[in-house]
Amino acid sequence: MTVKISAEVFDPYQEIQAYQNTRLANSGAVGATSIFIGTMRDFNEGVNVKGMTLEYYPGMTEKQLEKIITEAQQQWPIIECLVIHRVGEILPIESIVLVAVWSSHRGDAFDASRYIMEALKSRAPFWKKELLVTENERWVANNTDGYKPG
Amino acid sequence: MSIKVRYFASLKESVGRPEDDLTTTGLLTVKEVWNRANPGKSLPGNILAAVNMEYVEFDSIVNDGDEVAFFPPVTGG
Repeated sequence: MTVKISAEVFDPYQEIQAYQNTRLANSGAVGATSIFIGTMRDFNEGVNVKGMTLEYYPGMTEKQLEKIITEAQQQWPIIECLVIHRVGEILPIESIVLVAVWSSHRGDAFDASRYIMEALKSRAPFWKKELLVTENERWVANNTDGYKPG
Repeated sequence: MSIKVRYFASLKESVGRPEDDLTTTGLLTVKEVWNRANPGKSLPGNILAAVNMEYVEFDSIVNDGDEVAFFPPVTGG
């Protein structure tokens, strides 16, 4: 199980491939891999956005993410899990978050990755500040509930 | 008693500083730590609190050497 906070641009597909080649190279028990990638949009709430700054709480963020993964492990049989989250200055199209879960069966992989992602959105201490095309800045007030439409 | 108080994101901007070092006598709750560090400034309603990097309620007791953090709702992912 791995949690990474990245101040640099990361390629989620390369990260998954590297993890697959190392941690999962000989894992014949894996029957399902569920991957979620969150990407920065160039709009939010009807306004064009040109960039974003992601602040976090070093120490607490990692601790909360590890706790969330442990909770998922207690509910579903997870073989491996990789969570990467960007911080710092971010531009549209860049990846913000990767949650990848390897399990024997698709139900567990889907459910565990969804659980980790939703818990991350509501509990991991990250904060987004958007830079709008008008050059104004604004803090994102809160995350929406991913289990409800919209 | 020595307590480190930290602020993040929009709250850090509104209080105008990232942290405080608070020296007090006697036990304080998280809410009282806020009041000591920010006299006359009421705690915004949506603010969350953590002690030693774990979420807590505002009536939790703070111990010597603890790190208390206040921050707005999280918006990662």
